Amino acid sequence: MKIGIPKEIHLGEKRVATTPDAAAQIIKLGFSVAIESGAGIGANISDAAYQAVGVEILPDAKTLWQQADIVMKVRAPQRRPKLGIDELDFMSEGTCLISFIWPAQNEALMQKLAEKQMTVLAMDSVPRMSRAQKMDALSSMANIAGYRAIVEAAQHFGRFFTGQITAAGKIPPAKVLVIGAGVAGLAAIGAAKGMGAIVRSFDTRPEVKEQIESMDAEFLMLDFKEEGAGAGGYAKTMSPEFIAAEMALFAEQAKEVDIIVTTALIPGKPAPKLITAAMVESMKAGSVIVDLAAEQGGNCELTEVNKVVVKHGVTIIGYTNLPSRLANQSSQLYATNLRHLLTELCPEKNGIINVNMEDEVIRGATVIKEGKITWPPPPPKLSAAPVAKPETATQVVAVPEKPNALMTFLPLIFAGLALFGIGAVAPESFMTHFTVFVLACFVGYQVIWNVKPALHTPLMSVTNAISGIIVIGAIVQISAPDTVVIILAGLATLMASINIAGGFLVTRRMLEMFRK
Amino acid sequence: MSHSLVTMSYIVAAILFILSLSGLSNQETSRKGNYYGMLGMAIAIIATTSNVSVTAYVLLGAAILIGGSLGVLAAQKVEMTQMPELVAIMHSLVGMAAVLVGYANFMDSSINLIGVEKTIHELEIYIGILIGAVTFSGSVIAFGKLSERISGKPLLLPARHWLNLMLLIGVIVLGGVFLQQTESGDGSLPLLYLNHGGALPLFIMTFLALAFGVHMVMAIGGADMPVVISMLNSYSGWAAAATGFMLSNDLLIVTGALVGSSGAILSYIMCHAMNRNFISVIAGGFGTASGSNAAVVEGEVQPINADEVASLLMEAKNIMIIPGYGMAVAQAQHTVYEITKLLREKGKKVGFGIHPVAGRMPGHMNVLLAEAKVPYDIVFEMDEINDDFPHVDVSIVIGANDIVNPSALDDPNSPIAGMPVLECWKGETTIVLKRSMATGYAGVGNPLFVMENTRMLFGDANATMQAVLKALQG
Repeated sequence: MKIGIPKEIHLGEKRVATTPDAAAQIIKLGFSVAIESGAGIGANISDAAYQAVGVEILPDAKTLWQQADIVMKVRAPQRRPKLGIDELDFMSEGTCLISFIWPAQNEALMQKLAEKQMTVLAMDSVPRMSRAQKMDALSSMANIAGYRAIVEAAQHFGRFFTGQITAAGKIPPAKVLVIGAGVAGLAAIGAAKGMGAIVRSFDTRPEVKEQIESMDAEFLMLDFKEEGAGAGGYAKTMSPEFIAAEMALFAEQAKEVDIIVTTALIPGKPAPKLITAAMVESMKAGSVIVDLAAEQGGNCELTEVNKVVVKHGVTIIGYTNLPSRLANQSSQLYATNLRHLLTELCPEKNGIINVNMEDEVIRGATVIKEGKITWPPPPPKLSAAPVAKPETATQVVAVPEKPNALMTFLPLIFAGLALFGIGAVAPESFMTHFTVFVLACFVGYQVIWNVKPALHTPLMSVTNAISGIIVIGAIVQISAPDTVVIILAGLATLMASINIAGGFLVTRRMLEMFRK
Repeated sequence: MSHSLVTMSYIVAAILFILSLSGLSNQETSRKGNYYGMLGMAIAIIATTSNVSVTAYVLLGAAILIGGSLGVLAAQKVEMTQMPELVAIMHSLVGMAAVLVGYANFMDSSINLIGVEKTIHELEIYIGILIGAVTFSGSVIAFGKLSERISGKPLLLPARHWLNLMLLIGVIVLGGVFLQQTESGDGSLPLLYLNHGGALPLFIMTFLALAFGVHMVMAIGGADMPVVISMLNSYSGWAAAATGFMLSNDLLIVTGALVGSSGAILSYIMCHAMNRNFISVIAGGFGTASGSNAAVVEGEVQPINADEVASLLMEAKNIMIIPGYGMAVAQAQHTVYEITKLLREKGKKVGFGIHPVAGRMPGHMNVLLAEAKVPYDIVFEMDEINDDFPHVDVSIVIGANDIVNPSALDDPNSPIAGMPVLECWKGETTIVLKRSMATGYAGVGNPLFVMENTRMLFGDANATMQAVLKALQG
């Protein structure tokens, strides 16, 4: 089958769906690959580089769309009448399309694609599970966006990120607040940390606390208990009380920090408004806000999509094409994601794709199969978040048993009575032995607690040896008049001797081995 | 030698024994402690033999010589992995000796006591033989289980608790009969040279005690072996103490009490380490997974190969090795130490984390590691290192299962719920060496194996560790 890669026509889109490295591997799977001339220019990849690995170069978009059985793109198909390109029109019936689609937001497009009897795999619908990580283009793009957000912030921020003491005075380190510690948030934390800033982060999902702390950033705790993880490891909408507490925290932080990066998104919903105009006003002049949720309406009230604006002395960056601003890097990652998906689609490496709806990953990504809309897919079986435990189960552990006073003292009372009983009837000779016995038990108790756990085995073997002391009982009897008694005593002596010699020697052998 | 002199020697011997045990409080003094023990034993034996009443020197010499050489042979030949077996069989010898001494004392016609003293003496014989017999048969079974001559699975007879209770009642009733008959002279067994009153009930009781010992240890699962071994250790001490009462010998009483309390404390420590109470261990049946409705472990394990393990280790700074009984079985401790040495030379921090019940007897792992020449200052107890796991880059679990099972902490339905475990999953990566995907000795599934930061290295522990060593060197 022939795979076609057109030049992206979205305004400002510089990425391309395959790189020469990825194309070479796709060709190994048995496919032939064709690319529209100049498709890689935005990502600094020349036609010649593609040609070198055996990719066919086609002169224009129309030819490419008509020849290809499978079209791989970055952005969803769209119309650009000014350029004279209408991708929706170019598509031929029964072919396959792999790109970002956003089916929830693009119903009209979905209808159009279905009418054309196409099979469509949406890169944004690849399920979030361990096996599909290598195809997860959302994560790979979010990573780039997070990194670039810090680069953009640095561009518009008038100071250092790192703190320094110089001869010309002290440079305070920049304070960065990252809201939402998903893939993008963590990438932003990493980049800001790498530049030397003080980084704080907040997320509604408490389980990411460890991840934030592992990046050496500070996790801002909210004194409020609510589980923030929804299905598939994404965040969900929180209760009004929680949001109020959260907003108070942000208002307080806004006065203090220099840079805010917001990445809060809830799947299928407009981005929550977390930074109000009042908060922006309270920020120091020269501060920067990078709103990674700009495309979904923005986390900041004053964000303007695709623009950099200065309000109340604060620069607010609302770019939606951050991955495209690192076109070469993001093309590489995206091309690799696509290549992994193709490998899954073509397990026999014969150049023919098999959209196997039994496979959970392929099922999730496929939004239209041969003209039938198959979106949304059934919920994924495995969630990245831990399954909540049943209430009753935790309570069992939580309630400590109250010690019963009677149960504690009863054995003591019995023991006391038993001792009195013995004292009442026993003759004097027994009592002296008994005194020795009880005292020896207490000495043993005191001594043994001091033994190191590492030496418990030698302790056992040495106690084995000294319990061979029973030999003296046998020795006393071995000279008795009765033959049977002599035999029994002789046997007992023999056994106890094995214990004594064996016990002491094996203990010595073991102790010799313990070396520093 | 005069009676007072013998008594004085006994006091010296008793003090030496106490010093011997207190010497074990740390590695430096432990060797000296062992010599104190030997000295004490020598003094005790010499003092006893030089007593005026002892005359059969030839027989005595022969018995000590034969027994001693057998002991020396055993001590030299035993593999460190077989220590639990050796300890178990030595317990059985003490038990048997106590039974024999008890019978000899019972038949000794030269003892003439009257009244309460006689009754107490007979009772002491009875109890001494009882404890000795239980110790003997229990230890033999423990030995069989440890050396895998008997299946490690608990044998659960129907109504086993009632059976135990009946045996106990039987022993008490027979004790009453025994005391009566020693007075009246009935129930003698001339056939077996037991021509004393009360011989028959004594004989039956011995059988009951033997059966009780067998039944008790048969019902205990492999995971509880450390408790059983220390419990039998304790019994062997009490048997010696009972013999001491019987013979009115204070040295025997003191030594028996020392050993008895030592074993009792070890049992307590082991039970505590498994969060179980002593009664439930002795009642047996643990390790069957029956009746527990613990959560079923679901998920995919992620295998890893030796080369990948080597590269993980090369990148790590802080490495923790958690050995279990599987390491002993595979004899992997030497290879593990080779790896440890190599990694330490490369400036990495390597430690060993030992769970109190790792292995089949208390302190088993420490001895194995010592045998492989692992310096003891990098071998840590669970409590010392459990809080450090978040800073550990790679943990290697070798042949251990239950002691690293997270469900002990978070699943109240798990059979091992509440048992403190080594929390290796809190580290960066955990590598688990396992022969195959089977449950541990406790028959409990382990969610650690399917955790996201866990990698499984399948195969014989020694072979895979060799491969890792090779990859590290190459």
